Amino acid sequence: MKRRDERRYWLDHKENVDKVYWGVWVLCALLFLVEPFLHKHGDFAFEEWFGFHGFYGFFACVGLVLAAKLLRVLLKRPEDYYERH
Amino acid sequence: MSGIELSPAWTLIFGAALVPFLHGKARAIWVLALPLAGMVQLWLLPAGEFGQLQFLGERLLLVRADRWSLLFSCVFLIAALISSIYSLHVRDAVQQAAGLSYAGAAIGAVLAGDLLTLFVFWELTALTSVFLIWARRTERAYRAGLRYIVVQLTSGMLLLFGALQQLAATGSLRFEHIGLEGPGGLFIFLGFGIKCAFPLLHNWLQDAYPEATESGTVFLSAFTTKLAVYALARGFAGTEELIWIGAAMTAFPIFYAVIENDLRRVLAYSLNNQLGFMVVGIGIGTELALNGTAAHAFSHILYKALLFMSMGAVLYRVGTVRGTDLGGLYKSMPWTTGFCIVGAASISAFPLFSGFVSKSMILSAAAGEGLLVTWLVLLFASAGVFHHSGIKIPYFAFFAHDSGKRCEEAPANMLAAMALTAALCIGIGVYPAPLYAILPYPVDYVPYTGSHVLAQLQLLVFSALAFSVLMRTGIYPPEMRLVNLDTDWLYRRFAPALAVGIEALGRTALSRAQRLLGGAPSNLLSVLRRVHDADGILARTWSTGDMALWVALMLAAYLLLYYL
Repeated sequence: MKRRDERRYWLDHKENVDKVYWGVWVLCALLFLVEPFLHKHGDFAFEEWFGFHGFYGFFACVGLVLAAKLLRVLLKRPEDYYERH
Repeated sequence: MSGIELSPAWTLIFGAALVPFLHGKARAIWVLALPLAGMVQLWLLPAGEFGQLQFLGERLLLVRADRWSLLFSCVFLIAALISSIYSLHVRDAVQQAAGLSYAGAAIGAVLAGDLLTLFVFWELTALTSVFLIWARRTERAYRAGLRYIVVQLTSGMLLLFGALQQLAATGSLRFEHIGLEGPGGLFIFLGFGIKCAFPLLHNWLQDAYPEATESGTVFLSAFTTKLAVYALARGFAGTEELIWIGAAMTAFPIFYAVIENDLRRVLAYSLNNQLGFMVVGIGIGTELALNGTAAHAFSHILYKALLFMSMGAVLYRVGTVRGTDLGGLYKSMPWTTGFCIVGAASISAFPLFSGFVSKSMILSAAAGEGLLVTWLVLLFASAGVFHHSGIKIPYFAFFAHDSGKRCEEAPANMLAAMALTAALCIGIGVYPAPLYAILPYPVDYVPYTGSHVLAQLQLLVFSALAFSVLMRTGIYPPEMRLVNLDTDWLYRRFAPALAVGIEALGRTALSRAQRLLGGAPSNLLSVLRRVHDADGILARTWSTGDMALWVALMLAAYLLLYYL
């Protein structure tokens, strides 16, 4: 169990969690910034649109989570559902 | 010397039988020596066909060593070694014996050159692996194991039925390309499809794997489904239907993975999703696509085992892998956390990790054939798998809100197994040439181009951004103590309810009939019961002497009739 005198970890401080969060934003920005310097080529023409993979990844995940959230409403059952007789 | 003595299958299967007789250090050395001996055997096994024998007039081929079967045997042996190291702390001999014989059976199956030998090993993988589930020794695991074995044996029956049709039509049992239109092709396809967890035939996987012991699931994750991938690649390469089946497989399990609370079940859903990529590769059937399938099976076995090992370590130390009960474990289990992140990065196909150099071959093959919709689905699934396996698993287990749980770091043997696997995941990602060299076809593929690395990093980091934003805004669905309905509902709830309904209907019909016809039906039933019940005349166990007497009487009667 947790001890009171336990040392505090870096992530225990809320401002560090904020740093991680904004770090992800910065990383995304950097990945867009380097794109003009790298020639993107793909089998489909739209792969060369600016930031295609980034936008696709972002919206795919948001869509995934929202759809799964809706799905849960239909599919959820109590944890002992199959143990009840 | 015919060469069959070189098959590592025998070493593992017969060697596993000795495990229960050994104890302590001797057993530890033995379970490590078996996969190592198997590796030496495989090293010595030349390409070719060995062990042809006649059985009931049919020609069987016990060992066919070619690039496909050697590749899968190789990765199966690595998986067996890793799982053995991981299970060294286990005192229950059943687990190691079952695990190693299961690995041996899987190797025997990939080396099998004919459908009957394949069938025998196919069923043996089912019979040995179920003990890894039962070894949990809970009522829940016992029932899950029963459901698992019924499904697995059904798959074997379909394979046997198809094989016999093929024998009748072609006079040969040889396992070559079958195709859906071939004799018995559809049955064999379904048999393979059940083991490969095709959509709607998939749920045995998510049902059973999370119920096994912490070591058992590591063994289970490696063999059964990849054996099915191998069999599909051999028998059904280029079958167009597989493209659609595989694409569906990559997509639908990830919705379940997002809302599932049991983290080993989340991994089972993502296992299903990864199989989808391989199935798409088989469906496309070009050399690039099949190379991609083989390479992805290889790297997948390793990173999936690594992820299951890290969750197994959590289960072993904390006693649960429910997302609702975990969090903050990085403080207690820093090494396990690190290895889990390596597995997560590999399954998500981050550059420099194993998934990147294998999965991209399948996507390139799909794009090369102009399969736009398939390619978009695969890209969606790639983002999704990062979301639920790459982020959700490490996040909810080791970070998130601190659950206050404190435990010891995983035992040394578990850490060693995870370290070895993590090293392989990174090794393959950084230097894929040795893996590419053993693929079934010559490889002309360069994974590391600036364009490809940037595209993949954008896809993944923006997926991470989506997760972070949804978490911070509270839109992300919280972990809850729930189960989600899947196709197992059909046989766990619907079918039993249907049976009860039919029985009730029968009773009503009987009582109505009795009212109409007086006592006749119940008299008939009591006569039937008298004759056929457990103690009835026809069901009783009679002595041999009585039987001989009756047979003699019948023969006498026959003789009499003959003369009349």
